[in-house]
Amino acid sequence: MSVQIAATYDVQTIRADFPILKRRVDGNPLVYLDNAATSQKPRQVIDALVQYYEQSNANVHRGLHTLAEEATEAYETARAKVAHFIGAEPESLVFTRNTTEAINLVAYAWGLANLREGDLIVLSEMEHHSNIVPWQLVAQRTGAKLHYVPFTSEGELDMEALESLLRQEPKLVAITHVSNVLGTVNPVQEITRKAHAVGAKVLVDGAQAVPHKLVNVTQIDCDFYAFSGHKMLAPTGIGALYARQELLEQMPPFMGGGSMIRKVTHEFSTWADVPTKFEAGTPNIADAVAFGVAVDYLQRVGMEAIQQHEQSLTEEALRLLEAEEDIVIYGPRDARKRCGLVSFNFKHVHPHDVAQILDKRGIAIRAGHHCCQIIMRRLDVTATARASFYLYNTLEEVRAFWKALDDVRKVFGKYGGR
Amino acid sequence: MVDDELYREIILEHYHHPRYKGALPDANLTAEGINPLCGDELTLYLKTDGDRIVEASFEGRGCSISQASASMLTEALRGLTIEEARQLMERVKAMLTGAPHEPFDEDEDLSALEGVRNYPVRIKCALLAWTTLEEMLEAK
Repeated sequence: MSVQIAATYDVQTIRADFPILKRRVDGNPLVYLDNAATSQKPRQVIDALVQYYEQSNANVHRGLHTLAEEATEAYETARAKVAHFIGAEPESLVFTRNTTEAINLVAYAWGLANLREGDLIVLSEMEHHSNIVPWQLVAQRTGAKLHYVPFTSEGELDMEALESLLRQEPKLVAITHVSNVLGTVNPVQEITRKAHAVGAKVLVDGAQAVPHKLVNVTQIDCDFYAFSGHKMLAPTGIGALYARQELLEQMPPFMGGGSMIRKVTHEFSTWADVPTKFEAGTPNIADAVAFGVAVDYLQRVGMEAIQQHEQSLTEEALRLLEAEEDIVIYGPRDARKRCGLVSFNFKHVHPHDVAQILDKRGIAIRAGHHCCQIIMRRLDVTATARASFYLYNTLEEVRAFWKALDDVRKVFGKYGGR
Repeated sequence: MVDDELYREIILEHYHHPRYKGALPDANLTAEGINPLCGDELTLYLKTDGDRIVEASFEGRGCSISQASASMLTEALRGLTIEEARQLMERVKAMLTGAPHEPFDEDEDLSALEGVRNYPVRIKCALLAWTTLEEMLEAK
């Protein structure tokens, strides 16, 4: 059985849009398989930044001159694009720095106002630290308690455990859409329905989902959805929070300052309409504009085509790695239950050493705890290696990665497979 | 293709056959080190008699560089006085960070760590055992 790419998917044309993919590392062509950490940027996104600064740079929502109007228009157009991309209205989309800031916004603005001593917050053991630590901080301040849904040996969320926690009527369920270590796609729509049935609010961490699959927050019906631009072709420093508009209206501000006010007096202030209420200070205009262009790019290729392409790459990676006796794979074995990444370990070589040796071949993978120390403890490792794919990766690159693993065996193998 | 400069034979040999690995039940000095960037963990045990280190061992999980460095440390510390251990620590740290230091002879195992200096992200791995020792001696 050999994996093939759909004939209609023109990966070479896509690659030509990404200047960095022409780079060489140590004399080898770059094989970039660290997309779950951050994606590369197409020429169109880079050009959008230059064009914004060369043509339209001004502050938004205040000036009356041409440039200010253009900048405001570009910023709000980008908001609409990003919102529509996930099936939301622009009024319910707040620009943030990244997923982490989006979750912190909910933790501080919604969490501190709504959580009381003894309230239950349900998280999962496959959360990134960004969906754990903000809740620990809020729990310390409010006296709320954290409970974690475990994952099964197959790397899937233990739905029975979740349901039993839901019977304790939590106030919030905060769960990742796609695990950045296991690759698991969680049934967030079903989780939301069940959580809503017991009156809980639901936050979904979509950092690893929105770049790779079609996401519709209206269909999921969650209350909050957080994601980052830089993992989906946009620059670093721009992300977004979707929240139900009525929640945004009820929530107190996260940060105070310019832009987010309606009226300021000596004693008190009133707030701007949502979402501006949550965007204090001059926002990251240029990167937001480029975020909109990144979304255009993804839509032009088509999210379903991208997902299918990544699934082929993941299938091939799983097929090649599964045949290796000295390698352990983490997460679901079925590529259809995953997004495009594979975490693995050599049985007797530390993943840092694996990544270091692959780097000599120009192959960039990630090694570490991936900001998921709870998963690492569950898997009884301190770190894993991870290859993660995106729309511009090829089957040849997946095979080059697999072949380079032989270099690891050359360095470490002579000690009898230890 | 193989990365000889970093993965010198002696480093791999220490990694695969660590010298004094395991807890030291009658240790009178222990310290824990962690590299939060990569999750490497290390516990260092020393048994001293007066001012002299008579036994040293370590427990931990980590990459070849961090584990080999810890193994070399335990081997090198045995028989040294606390002051000599401190001087050795400063010398290794200087070697790894590119500061002036008295170089190690080629036949000393520790000289194999010199290649790590050219791999900035791995310097912390090699330093872990030594910074753990530093914290232990400072707390003493």
